[in-house]
Amino acid sequence: MIVELGHYALILALAASLIQSVIPALGAYRGDARMMEVGQSSSLGVFLLLAFAFSALTVAYVTSDFSVLNVYENSHSAKPMLYKITGVWGNHEGSMLLWVLILAFFGALVASFGRDLPPSLRANVLSVQAWILTAFLAFILFTSNPFARLFPAPFEGQDLNPILQDVGLAIHPPLLYLGYVGFSIAFSFAVAALMDGKIDAAWARWVRPWTLTAWIFLTLGISMGSYWAYYELGWGGWWFWDPVENASFMPWLSGTALLHSAVVMEKRSALKVWTILLAILTFSLSLLGTFLVRSGVLTSVHAFATDPSRGVFILMILCIFIGGSLALFAFRASTLESGGLFQPVSREGALVLNNLFLTTAAATVLIGTLYPLLLEMVTGEKISVGAPFFNLTFGPLMVPLLLAVPFGPLLAWKRGDIAGATQRLYWAVGAALLTAIIAIALTQGTEVLASLGLGLGVWLLIGSLTDLAERANFRKAGLSKGFARLKGLPRSAFGTTLAHFGLGVTVIGIVCVSAFETEIVTSMEPGGTREAGGYEIRFDGMSKRQGPNFSEEVGTFTVLDAGRALGTMESARRLYTARQMPTTEAGIRTNWFSQLYISLGDSAANGGATVVRIWYKPWVTLIWIGTLFMAFGGMVSLADRRLRVGAPAARKSLHASGAKA
Amino acid sequence: MTRKGKRLLSIGGMFAVVALAAGLVLTAMSDSVAYFNSPTDIMENTPGPGQRIRLGGMVETGSVVRDQGETVTFRVTDTVQSVPVTYTGILPNLFREGQGVVAEGTLGPDRLFLADTVLAKHDENYMPKEVVDDLKARGLWDDESSRPMATEGAGT
Repeated sequence: MIVELGHYALILALAASLIQSVIPALGAYRGDARMMEVGQSSSLGVFLLLAFAFSALTVAYVTSDFSVLNVYENSHSAKPMLYKITGVWGNHEGSMLLWVLILAFFGALVASFGRDLPPSLRANVLSVQAWILTAFLAFILFTSNPFARLFPAPFEGQDLNPILQDVGLAIHPPLLYLGYVGFSIAFSFAVAALMDGKIDAAWARWVRPWTLTAWIFLTLGISMGSYWAYYELGWGGWWFWDPVENASFMPWLSGTALLHSAVVMEKRSALKVWTILLAILTFSLSLLGTFLVRSGVLTSVHAFATDPSRGVFILMILCIFIGGSLALFAFRASTLESGGLFQPVSREGALVLNNLFLTTAAATVLIGTLYPLLLEMVTGEKISVGAPFFNLTFGPLMVPLLLAVPFGPLLAWKRGDIAGATQRLYWAVGAALLTAIIAIALTQGTEVLASLGLGLGVWLLIGSLTDLAERANFRKAGLSKGFARLKGLPRSAFGTTLAHFGLGVTVIGIVCVSAFETEIVTSMEPGGTREAGGYEIRFDGMSKRQGPNFSEEVGTFTVLDAGRALGTMESARRLYTARQMPTTEAGIRTNWFSQLYISLGDSAANGGATVVRIWYKPWVTLIWIGTLFMAFGGMVSLADRRLRVGAPAARKSLHASGAKA
Repeated sequence: MTRKGKRLLSIGGMFAVVALAAGLVLTAMSDSVAYFNSPTDIMENTPGPGQRIRLGGMVETGSVVRDQGETVTFRVTDTVQSVPVTYTGILPNLFREGQGVVAEGTLGPDRLFLADTVLAKHDENYMPKEVVDDLKARGLWDDESSRPMATEGAGT
């Protein structure tokens, strides 16, 4: 019964969002306040309806109601409770339901927190949100109904794909979707502004917190996805340049660019047209990502059972929204007046440079991702564009950008002084050169590129701190006065520093693990030892174990440091009984920032020997720690008073609560 | 700086970055892109040495030989031709005789395929999409059973 109610709620939500697509926008056009008000209540209503539909599906999963096709195909009564719940979005239909739920959630947030927006802008934004919602609700109802029944009901389900039976599924998809879908708000604001034909610095101030929120979630979502793939797939890699990863990385790149260009628009009311275009492009790339992942054009763990009609439907949504918004942009962009002028060397100039490199990098990733698909469509020839392509194109584009990062915050608006900025960065230059020279000396010149990479990382670390140190003016004002000044700085200054610092941390992690990791593939007999990263690893033997819905063979290893046992590691091969599908459970031991990583291969034909792959990954965790810094920096910026919608213009209040905008 | 000068500088800068990116893309495209080939393609027109290839087909039943250590040899077949492959490392979990596989690497001098990666990207029928498409295009795919046409050496 609850399942039918859920289905019904989904249909009602479609009807309500159809109304919301038209009435508020019409009200804004006619200046009718009552029609504009409709958007408020319908946004909340749609969100509640979808929350109910989502709960209904969750109930079906939790109670293992196999009369629901979706539950039968993706669940099993012996599955642990956590995976019964996360399994709701571990399949195509359920994950689309989560997608629209989050979309409706953002709509409801705009409706309830956007009270201080101009009514016509808010009405238009809510209508644009409803267009997206309508398209995707129709997609779900017509091609991917999660509530379809099955008769007669089977006794047992087919279980969830074992790779997805992990806590990662509880974290990665919701975060990623909050990011992907969050950019829809920036998109709606851009389209609404184009419809209004009026954009000013206040627009950028309203959009920035939403963009920042989406960016924080997308950063965390990508990072958690990367760590999940790293430990779950047993290949020891943290980024594969897989089309599905690229699909999430492209909106991140252009979203990062948007974040920076919105600053220019807000402070100097320049770059208006460009910011609007970026807002449209960022969400378009999110939609493209949804298309690539959900349509089945790619094979990956993300592509669930495929059905060609779905691909065509999403492609249509994609064309209508991207084409429509770009056409609107082409028509109306010329009506926007351009704002403040600036010298090439200035804060604005630095942010333009940032945008130039980020969007170019996003474009190369886009080419590498789409080119094989287009080539196959046109010539039928199948090629694969893999990691070497992206390393060759993306890497060189990032180097100048990273070199420029510390300069940005040190340059003044309108007209900057590059010599002065360089002078203030002497500590950073010194530390970076010193790091590079020491690294070259330690590796005896065998790893020059990696040493320079480490120097680049240190340059970012010290360079980002320089801005704060300069603002506090420790040198002249002394320590105590300096700290007092530091306390008075706006939070966004700390946010910038944290995010740029995190970038440096990630760069160091990437360089270390790429250049200095050790990998051994070897066959081991019980009692045998191998050396990796200065540790001795002893294979103690294999044993068999039984889990709730799998059986596993576990290899036990002892880690020794100069003959002294530090602890044991377990690495396993699992066989999930329902699907007869094997998975690898890698053994990982973290020591400070470095990790030992062991995954098991096949047992060799003769006796107790087993093929083992052992990695020593120096400082690998810095990659993800850096992204946490970035996301935290975003949160600190979000707490800045200036960004809160409707917050009165900067009053000197340091104890303002950090409510989200 | 004059307004015109500034505009020239910014356009020039933009052009330089885009040209750099285009250059990088073109070089990378010619060097690091792997072409998909079936065993028949490889037997009929031998690719040059060093050319990166993705070889796709089924693992021939009974062809998998493991030496004492970590090197494995097997044959990849498309039911018409088959190519011997050698690979050092851990095979993916879903690597099975008679099932689909994609190996990436280069062709050695004696037509022995030296794989550096063996891919485990499968759908629920353990068949990589590109292998299925290739077999379908050449009429070697049985739609009803969703399996390759049964010939000796393939199928389980």
